[in-house]
Amino acid sequence: MTTMTTPKTEPVTINLGPQHPSTHGVFRLRVTFDGEVIVDVEPVLGYLHRGSEKLAEGRTYVQIVTLTDRMDYIASMSNNLAYVRAVEQLAGIPVPERAQYIRVISAELQRIASHLMATGFLLNDLGALATPLMYCFRERERILDLFEMLCGARITLSYMRPGGVFQDTPDDFWTALATFTDDMPVYIDELESLISGNEIVLTRTREVGVLNDVDAVDYSISGPMLRAAGVEWDLRKAHPYEIYDRLDFDIPIGALGDTFDRYLVRIQEMRESIRIIKQCVRDIPEGPIRSDAPFFIRPPAGDAYAAVESPKGELGFYLVSDGGIAPYRCHVRAPSFINITPLREMLLGWKMSDLIIIFGSIDIVLGEVDR
Amino acid sequence: MTRTLAGEDIARRIDAATPGAVIRAQGDYVHISPESIREVSRFLRDADGLEFSFLSSITAVDYVEYFELVYHLTSLKYNQSVALKARCYGRGEPVAPSVCEVWRGADFQEREIWDLMGIRFEGHPNMKRILLWEGFPGHPLRKDYLGQDA
Repeated sequence: MTTMTTPKTEPVTINLGPQHPSTHGVFRLRVTFDGEVIVDVEPVLGYLHRGSEKLAEGRTYVQIVTLTDRMDYIASMSNNLAYVRAVEQLAGIPVPERAQYIRVISAELQRIASHLMATGFLLNDLGALATPLMYCFRERERILDLFEMLCGARITLSYMRPGGVFQDTPDDFWTALATFTDDMPVYIDELESLISGNEIVLTRTREVGVLNDVDAVDYSISGPMLRAAGVEWDLRKAHPYEIYDRLDFDIPIGALGDTFDRYLVRIQEMRESIRIIKQCVRDIPEGPIRSDAPFFIRPPAGDAYAAVESPKGELGFYLVSDGGIAPYRCHVRAPSFINITPLREMLLGWKMSDLIIIFGSIDIVLGEVDR
Repeated sequence: MTRTLAGEDIARRIDAATPGAVIRAQGDYVHISPESIREVSRFLRDADGLEFSFLSSITAVDYVEYFELVYHLTSLKYNQSVALKARCYGRGEPVAPSVCEVWRGADFQEREIWDLMGIRFEGHPNMKRILLWEGFPGHPLRKDYLGQDA
């Protein structure tokens, strides 16, 4: 036997996904490890690509609302809102005031539901299996019940129409909403008391997967991920649409831009959403809920870009009309898709277990990434 | 409220910095020549009083006669926005300069345009398809694309 020799090592490439519980859908990462340390990452997308943008070219403006539900399918209200706003801008369709209030209420409810999912699954990824997730799902369930009262659907809502919403709210919606907005702050406190001070959560997330403010802007990051990096940018404040300019709310920002900040910003945004909903309930006027837009909308030839602050970030629709009943081109600026651009840089040098939570804290939906 | 800069004003500034780049200004849009995209982008990102540090979106439209690239830029510092358009002629594989070195956020978006619309970006570090697989025939968002069952 010879004396000790240096063992030969070589990097190992493994596939994470497309079927893997932590990928939140069908997403594949080709990760190269040197021992336990990540040395290369290549995201592989497209497993859920349905060609939504192409499909939209063969549908009328009203029919496309159902396609938008299926992009970010855990926040369909926000998708509906972004899309109908683009159509309204393109065709010059007015929106009654009451409809704007209802839209803001439903978009903010959807934001809470989406952030609850993000938080629950982040904890799931951390290894706190199912318990925190079920706490989050309990509250999300009540939001879905509210949506069911509004439009009969729970996930793929198609509640909004160019020019307003599909139908007025039933009376029991308002009582259920009032109970919900009273209960929710307590639930958020409860959730936070379980997570924010938890030693394990802090050790696993503090200073992990940092994305600083300069890089975040350069990478076109938007939404909670940008605000966690300390950039105070929220389209609801920067470019108030609907009736957001009449509402009083704050933009929570993070200090470090790490995984914990991304979690914390979402928790704080849920509180702000409750504030927004309460103000809307207080101020909502009576009146029509939809303007007289024809079923076959024929916008004048031209183009329009409208963006809203969806739970994931800046969700924009760029529509081109040639004067017909279907758009000539419908492009979606999908925040989930663009927010994973810096994934490689964020993951290099971390370990497998960190990969799962850094990726989880970005909060993507594959329906929107792949469209 | 985000201020949309008038096409004419911004066109004048671009023209002063990069002569020959501007083709015309039309409403909120500035039409520029495709060859000058990178220089104009760098100017808009760095110039005093503009500082468009945030690339909101890039997309492409197939107008059959030409492809049009549309850039929506936002300045977070001044809360203002501007939109650029550039026309690429030719049905084969039109080429435009990549803006990846100006805004790294362009990376996936330019790959998506190459994948679905078939416009190649020169200077992109990783010009591969992103949503469809390598070897997929054609670019589906083109108006002359026929599906596989067509």
